[in-house]
Amino acid sequence: MARITYVEFNGTAHSVEVANGVSLMEGAISNGVPGIDGDCGGNAACATCHVYVDGAWTGKTGTPNEMEDAMLDLADGKRDNSRLACQILASDDLDGLVIEMPETQH
Amino acid sequence: MATQPSLGAEAPISHTVSREDYEYVWPLPPRRRPPLKDYSAESLREYLATAPLDEVDIADPMYWETDTHWTFFKRLRDEAPVHFTGVNANRHRGYWSVTRWADIMAVDTNHQIFSSDAHLGGITLFDMDQDFIMPMFIAMDQPKHDVQRKAVNPIVSGSNLQAFEALIRSRTQEVLDGLPRGEEFDWVDRVSIELTSRMLATLFDFPQEHRRKLTWWSDIATADPEVPGNLQKEERQAALLGMLQEFMGLWNDRVNDPEPKGDLISMLAHNPATRNMPPMEFMGNLVLLIVGGNDTTRNSITGGLKFLNDNPAEYAKLRANHGLIEPMVSEIIRYQTPLAHMRRTALEDTILGGQHIAKGDKVVMWYASGNRDERAIENPDAFIIDRPRARQHMSFGFGIHRCVGNRLAELQLKILWEEILARFDNIEVVSEPERVPSAFVKGYKSLMVRIPA
Repeated sequence: MARITYVEFNGTAHSVEVANGVSLMEGAISNGVPGIDGDCGGNAACATCHVYVDGAWTGKTGTPNEMEDAMLDLADGKRDNSRLACQILASDDLDGLVIEMPETQH
Repeated sequence: MATQPSLGAEAPISHTVSREDYEYVWPLPPRRRPPLKDYSAESLREYLATAPLDEVDIADPMYWETDTHWTFFKRLRDEAPVHFTGVNANRHRGYWSVTRWADIMAVDTNHQIFSSDAHLGGITLFDMDQDFIMPMFIAMDQPKHDVQRKAVNPIVSGSNLQAFEALIRSRTQEVLDGLPRGEEFDWVDRVSIELTSRMLATLFDFPQEHRRKLTWWSDIATADPEVPGNLQKEERQAALLGMLQEFMGLWNDRVNDPEPKGDLISMLAHNPATRNMPPMEFMGNLVLLIVGGNDTTRNSITGGLKFLNDNPAEYAKLRANHGLIEPMVSEIIRYQTPLAHMRRTALEDTILGGQHIAKGDKVVMWYASGNRDERAIENPDAFIIDRPRARQHMSFGFGIHRCVGNRLAELQLKILWEEILARFDNIEVVSEPERVPSAFVKGYKSLMVRIPA
């Protein structure tokens, strides 16, 4: 179980608990967190769950694979710390993680 | 000289005939059709319910014009989810049909094996004309695809869409306010084409008074030259060259501006990735952007009205709760699936859905079928405007070729329905639509409607 804080582009924060093994995209959608769409259902195939992850957490969240990177590359507002939330699975290690959202999902 | 593959039953083939071994002739050999008493929707539906799967060439436009393909796709999903069609291979070289959601997703996200390259035939079931290959970024692989796509991406960025919103709304209001009351009119012409052509002219900064040319070019770019009434192959090519010439004029006007303006032509002319495109590549990208911005939204605008008329309880739900517009827009796009398929070419031998796909084979992802796959979507044949997770449909495709204009399309549809509901309690569809005879563009030629006086 991990408590994840999703911060919308306008600064509104939503703190929810996500069960281990569940993706942070699913965690947002099933808890009604706005700003994450997850159109492809979690296949890293649409880039509508684009988020920014604080660099200090990279060791625990991992880094994007080739497919995820290709999709992020076509998203608006890509940064060095961009990730697709569907590719990060919740675990005890991620308890306390704060992720921020871009202005829009594309 | 290479030999033509023979027709169907006598010499069945199990793989796509390679481009090297295929002799392109024009006109194409006659199409083999089942020997039915007539080709009415009723006869075709009855035939497709029991026909041997190997005998059916579902790419035949008659199944799309009559809207009869559904049963066949359900049978493929259940019985042969990755299925080869050799019937009429002397016309299309043969193709694999991929019909389940998960298999389509697997193809769409595997850019290493499944190529979109125009020079291998491109992204539609029928290869591009050998003597008229139009490279365009949707029909390119990485890395060239990515840099060209990024050249036009800013036009549909979130901030640009916000800037467009007021314009889209005022135009929508104007078009709706001009509609007649108490008399029949064609929704496709008066609303769907009118709104999409105005938007497209804005994106290109193309003269608004000539906007219907964009519609015309879009139609001929995708029209099957063999369908009676459509332009012949040579006429079509001449028309597209005319389009190129007209756009070259706009390009030349804009290429020397000190700063690019916000339109698509300026973006292409000023971006290092696209400024030196050969003419056929410029033409290809024009076709892509025109078809992408035109046919698809147009047919979702028409489809939505038809679906609400076919499902009065949903229409009532919408009237009672305008908050349902947003999920409804996604449901309309799923239910319509304005592009029925995208095609890839296998770059190496591979296994898909238990079938051996050979290098060079054509692989057709039938989005129209994936969007009705019971394995991925609950009760998929029902039109439900407040469907949970309505955004999970495959009409925009997945992977790096996913529709670049999806958000703009959604915005146009959302504003349209907000403005419709603000004005009209009801818009009645008075007869069955006339559909486009195409296995690619799944759309409507006309839809007669009436707004009660």
